[in-house]
Amino acid sequence: MKKNNDLYEVFLRSIRGVDHRHVGSLHADTPEQALTYARDCYTRRSEGVSIWVVKSCDITASQEQDAESFYDPMDDKPYRHASYYVLPDEVDNM
Amino acid sequence: MSESGQAIFDRRIESEQKVEPKDWMPADYRKNLIRQMSQHAHSEVIGMQPEGNWISRAPTLKRKMVLLAKVQDEGGHGLYLYSATETLNATRDEMNEALHSGKAKYASIFNYPALSWADVGAIGWLVDGAAIVNQISLQSTSYGPYSRAMIRICKEESFHQRQGYEMMIVLANGTKEQKAMAQDALNRIWWPSLMMFGPHDSDSAHSGRSMQWKIKRRTNDELRQSFVDQTVPQIEFLGLEMPDPEIKWNEERGHYDFGEIDWDEFKRVISGDGPCNRDRIRHHKKAHDDGQWVRDALVAYQTKKSAASAA
Amino acid sequence: MTNSTNTALFNYVLGLADDALILGQRTSEWCSRGPFLEEDIALSNLALDYIGRARMFYQYAAQIQGMGKTEDDLAYFRDEREFTNLVINELPNFDFAFSIVRQYLLDVHACLYLEQLSNSKDQRLSEIAAKAIKETRYHLKRSETWVLQLGQGTEESAKRMQDALDELWGYTPELFISSEAELALSGEEGEASIAVNRESLRHLWLERVTAHMLTSGLVIPEQNWQVVGGRNGDHSEHLGHLLSEMQILQRSYPGLEW
Repeated sequence: MKKNNDLYEVFLRSIRGVDHRHVGSLHADTPEQALTYARDCYTRRSEGVSIWVVKSCDITASQEQDAESFYDPMDDKPYRHASYYVLPDEVDNM
Repeated sequence: MSESGQAIFDRRIESEQKVEPKDWMPADYRKNLIRQMSQHAHSEVIGMQPEGNWISRAPTLKRKMVLLAKVQDEGGHGLYLYSATETLNATRDEMNEALHSGKAKYASIFNYPALSWADVGAIGWLVDGAAIVNQISLQSTSYGPYSRAMIRICKEESFHQRQGYEMMIVLANGTKEQKAMAQDALNRIWWPSLMMFGPHDSDSAHSGRSMQWKIKRRTNDELRQSFVDQTVPQIEFLGLEMPDPEIKWNEERGHYDFGEIDWDEFKRVISGDGPCNRDRIRHHKKAHDDGQWVRDALVAYQTKKSAASAA
Repeated sequence: MTNSTNTALFNYVLGLADDALILGQRTSEWCSRGPFLEEDIALSNLALDYIGRARMFYQYAAQIQGMGKTEDDLAYFRDEREFTNLVINELPNFDFAFSIVRQYLLDVHACLYLEQLSNSKDQRLSEIAAKAIKETRYHLKRSETWVLQLGQGTEESAKRMQDALDELWGYTPELFISSEAELALSGEEGEASIAVNRESLRHLWLERVTAHMLTSGLVIPEQNWQVVGGRNGDHSEHLGHLLSEMQILQRSYPGLEW
């Protein structure tokens, strides 16, 4: 038998129509159990209308040491933003 | 007895709540969504081609980057929409097959060729302009994943129309040749842009249901009118001639009047008989077929890897 | 700065600009033609990085030249004999394997090259290199993974990768030949320099490439042919077609705003 039960990440949809957001994690033995614990641990004040649980070990995360090559090159692309294109006042409403 | 799925669904639609992937929904609602959303996704992806046709020939390095980033965005928007459609249990493969077999449609505007550099400007200005009018209204569509994809897309698209129009300003204020290029692009792209909003409300096969279900939020004719109203002053500002002699301000309606669309052409192009229909599908299918060995190799590699780690 | 150093620096920067532009142009051809949508989008990012890099080098070259030219003058108004990119950059995208293997060979090289260039005595070059290397580290991660997956994928993918490697191998010696400009701008051994000594990168590059190809099930070919001369304007026949397409509007309507 393994020593610890699995860690699960919990995502809540606070109201219908918005994305699920990460709220925290918990330990459980099965996905079903994680779901019920998530309900008991994370929605005690009606914080959610829908819950997702994902095993933490199934999440692949970007690494801090990669941040330079992941994100810095995106900083110098002003042409992806509307404000880069200067239009005269008369037609500036697009 | 607990409330039926239908009753809950109806109440949600009635009270402007979103429908989410795991909710019960009528089979026709699902079908209708898959049709509209996959058509929207295909339009984004096929829409990469006409403008993509000019990436290699963009006249400055700056314009080349802007255009490439823009066409890439269209692909990105296709991706958001495919993934939103996949929440309805339609697979990417099925959608691709439907596109290749002609079963799935896409915006007919992309069946027209991009013939000059000015077309790139006019497409950004008019085609993206028309798309934005439609997409802003779709941000409040009743299906949650579709609505959220639309919100993201609208935010990212803000640069598309502006870069197109800015390019048109440069051309319209350029040499005689450049101005003629801009006028020619406006004249050719104007009508197909109006067609993007689909048939008249009275002739629209899917409109009624889609409005009732709040998949669509404004009718084809309403959206088309908004587009004309916002675009006419922009044409005037460029100092170009109106592409339709019937365009005239109607004081009483508070809107611009405009001429009748050639609906025969619309039907012909939608049903496959446009200038570029075959090219567009051939291009997409070739890329897909050429990529088959790559996708196969990825699957084979993963299979080998998991076999090795299981052993 | 003496006149001859100035000319050497201009030629040096121009060569780096041409390398970046020509590969960026080739890579942009993948847009809407990728093997699946996610990769299509990623390839456009790659192309954008290269075109952005080309612009920085051209702008700097124009500044060194001091004749009031723009980046576009340099990119659009020179003929194939005046372009000095290394030949490997201009070869067409014969298939996805070819583009991936080329990218991998160049990424390993660029990582080594840019690391050294970021120590250049020339401040602007060292700034550009510091920025470009961030992109290149990411490119290398991608291309390295692709080489492994396709090398070890199916029989067909392995064959395509090996064919691409065989075809490209003869174009790699040029990566390690210093041009006249580079020699003029290189210091003595151990001394700070403006340009990178290409010869010095050969050993490390070969070691890394050989190791990864071995892991990926691919065989390093015999070096029994080579094509060099891009820096002197000796190109393949492919470059002229690329340029005539790229330059068409500027050449048809010279001197206009776009």
